[in-house]
Amino acid sequence: MRDYYRRQLLRGLALVGGGVALSGMLPGWGRSGTPGLPPVLPTLGGTDIDLAIAHGHLMVDGRHGHAVTINGTVPGPLLRLREGRTVRLSVKNDLTEDTSIHWHGLLLPFQMDGVPGVTFPGIGPGRTFTYEFPIIQSGTYWYHSHSGLQEQEGHYGPIVIDPAGEDPIQSDREHVVVLSDFSFMHAHRIFERLKQDPEYFNRQKETVAGLLAGRDQTLAERVQWARMLMDPTDISDVAGAAYTFLINGHGPRDNWTGLFKPGERLRLRFINTAAMTIFDVRIPGLKLVVVAADGHAVRPVEVDEFQIGNAETYDVIVQPTEDRAFTLVAEAVDRSGMGRATLAPRLGMTAPAPPLRARPLATMRDMGMDMSAMPMSGDMGGMKMSMRDPLNAPGVRMGPGVQTLSPLPIDRTGEPGQGLEGVGHRVLAYRDLVALEPNPDPRTPSRALDIHLTGNMERFIWGFDGETFSQTTRPYAFRGGERVRVTLINDTMMTHPIHLHGHFFELVDGPAGFRPRKHTVNVAPGGKVAWDFTAAPGDWAFHCHMLYHMHAGMFQVFSVRPLAGGGA
Amino acid sequence: MSRGALLGLLALILAAPAPAASAEQAATPETSMPSAAASGGEAAPSGADMPGMPGMKGMDMSQPAQGQTPAGPPTASPPDIPATPPPPPPQDHATDRYYDPAAMAAARATLRREHGGAALSMVMVNVAEYQAGPPGGGYRWDARAWFGGDIDRLVVKSEGEGNGRDGVDAAEAQALYAHAIDPYFDVQAGVRQDFGPGLRTYATAGVEGLLPYWVAVEAALFLSTRGELLARAEGTYDLRLAQRVILQPRVELNFAAQDTPDTRTGSGLSNAELGLRLRYQIRPEFAPYIGVSYDRKLGRTADYARLKGEDAGGVSFVAGVRAWF
Repeated sequence: MRDYYRRQLLRGLALVGGGVALSGMLPGWGRSGTPGLPPVLPTLGGTDIDLAIAHGHLMVDGRHGHAVTINGTVPGPLLRLREGRTVRLSVKNDLTEDTSIHWHGLLLPFQMDGVPGVTFPGIGPGRTFTYEFPIIQSGTYWYHSHSGLQEQEGHYGPIVIDPAGEDPIQSDREHVVVLSDFSFMHAHRIFERLKQDPEYFNRQKETVAGLLAGRDQTLAERVQWARMLMDPTDISDVAGAAYTFLINGHGPRDNWTGLFKPGERLRLRFINTAAMTIFDVRIPGLKLVVVAADGHAVRPVEVDEFQIGNAETYDVIVQPTEDRAFTLVAEAVDRSGMGRATLAPRLGMTAPAPPLRARPLATMRDMGMDMSAMPMSGDMGGMKMSMRDPLNAPGVRMGPGVQTLSPLPIDRTGEPGQGLEGVGHRVLAYRDLVALEPNPDPRTPSRALDIHLTGNMERFIWGFDGETFSQTTRPYAFRGGERVRVTLINDTMMTHPIHLHGHFFELVDGPAGFRPRKHTVNVAPGGKVAWDFTAAPGDWAFHCHMLYHMHAGMFQVFSVRPLAGGGA
Repeated sequence: MSRGALLGLLALILAAPAPAASAEQAATPETSMPSAAASGGEAAPSGADMPGMPGMKGMDMSQPAQGQTPAGPPTASPPDIPATPPPPPPQDHATDRYYDPAAMAAARATLRREHGGAALSMVMVNVAEYQAGPPGGGYRWDARAWFGGDIDRLVVKSEGEGNGRDGVDAAEAQALYAHAIDPYFDVQAGVRQDFGPGLRTYATAGVEGLLPYWVAVEAALFLSTRGELLARAEGTYDLRLAQRVILQPRVELNFAAQDTPDTRTGSGLSNAELGLRLRYQIRPEFAPYIGVSYDRKLGRTADYARLKGEDAGGVSFVAGVRAWF
């Protein structure tokens, strides 16, 4: 309580003193319970939008950090666009290095997709690049840098596209909820530390003290895992040791507050813009009705909690009827910290934040060798499974970058996500998602492609099919308009949110004709996810949305030919 | 000890990581399934056949690949999807019709560098300590640095010891090219320069990596410009007692194939260092420690030391710091 009043006092002082500068670091819609400021402020809209990328500072929980800002703020301004219009976005680079903006989840001509080296040359220092494309979709999306590690440093912002017609999702009020992970450590230093010591940020390892206290794995399990050089506590590569988890640019103590009137239908547009953090989201006391995933409306699903991978978006309806505050919790999957915000009828109200739950431990299932998932008949005595048998993945280039190959990868899309088994309430799984609109292309795929997600956690090498992008010699090739079933097989012990640019794919586990359409999908450790997509002409980036996994090599290009208009 | 016996010993030292070099698969740990351990009491022969296991498609149960069941990858295409071959990879870049091809080529080079092609470095001082045993107080260091990418690196190593009375007793530096050969092991080759008594230069080759159970090991052979052959094996293990408290047992064994009076090295196992160091990680990259170290010259090497009026070594208490950046 004392701490609360102290913060209020500090906030008051900040208003008197550097208050203008402080609030200037946040976009209007991200500003929280600051007396005198309306809770919802203008955003950028229309058909001509100017954005400027520059160095700046961000104030998080009372501490100054360096940031890359868009129009001076972190997150960048909310772009409110309308389906059916053509938008021109002029991006000026005020940095001393190249930059770029990728419009995440937007269907557009590939040359406007914003990936330096794949779809355009990038934006040099002092230069301005104008993106121009028609908006042919609606929903919740976002934008971010695809240059270097700028995304970690604050170069991201939300996009909301209003439908041309009536919105199938009706609400009385809406808030954009941008989740992110901010570090006072420089992004390049984070990457360097990961390469030097991949366990550097894990401060929740198993210990002898824990063994004696009866915590975590048994001695026999520890011996077995150590023999395999596998660490069950390796859940997140970068954790709370480096991160403050932000909601709309606010730290947990800043406590961003979104207002509501009791009884209102409130639409929350969640966007996980984090560099390396998967969040588990809940609002104790409120049911969450998931109404859209990755921008596409789904049949409403009522849950108590959902896991959101990097770059995914979920639209959620909540309907608080009581005149009280609710805490919005975005807990890091490894429980090393949480983002915290408040929904309240009035500014200044708070509700208790729940404590962090116990961190999950990886299991044999995460290693892709869960025997209970198989029909068991016959004697298993003496059976041995190699964790690195090339016959389990003939297309994978075996080398130092492939630590393991899942012997028995299983479909885990019916599971709630790592750490959310047995939490005692309803958690969203991908299989709960059913598209509201019929899928646009119901054809059976004309071919299938397996892509293995591979890595070596000891060397912090990540790639596809055993190769880092720097090692690859050819892209994944497709024919324009062809329908392909892609199966992503996770041979590592970490979750990878895999994103394909410029397309939506349909998760095969959904009901035929109404499969959920996504641009990014979490592939659970030891798991596999199958999706169908219709290849659109161009070169498109395909990568893990864990920023440092991508930076370490988990990146590829989908090349689709012929290009529109003939040629090539 | 005869040269032949020493070479046999070297073969033993190198045997542990050697399979890693020869056959990647052999070096990867296999695991017995817990259920297997529970249900199968007696040890079945490895490579046991697995009859009567429906649904095991794609799991290679140590059967030959050309077995009668088509054991494809775990997710072979479903039957309703034809096995159409993929198109050939295009030779062009889609962007070249919209942007300056030269600018795109430069951007592609950056893209490769920034997606797996980065070169980084690390300097690690594992041992830097004062030793309370030797006359006048001793000191020891063991440090290394690497620079490079995922597969190929330049490695520099240095170790040495001395005491307050006689100064530096032994000191060396190595410059090595390291190449990753499997998930856990690198091969290394280069030169070693000794300072101190009996200045020597050696060609060196060895391996360094991680064994199952997270035992970090190194083994190397050194051939001097005068034809003398030495070998070294080193191992460390980090036992995490608490989040920041780590106990590190460390072993270093040095071998020589011959007596070399001017470096006061006798053939066979010439010296052994057994250490136990307890460190506290103030930060992961900075950890002061205390410990005990048993350093002993052996065989003819011990005789050389005694002839010079030194003792053959013993136990000392140590205090130092482990640091990296």
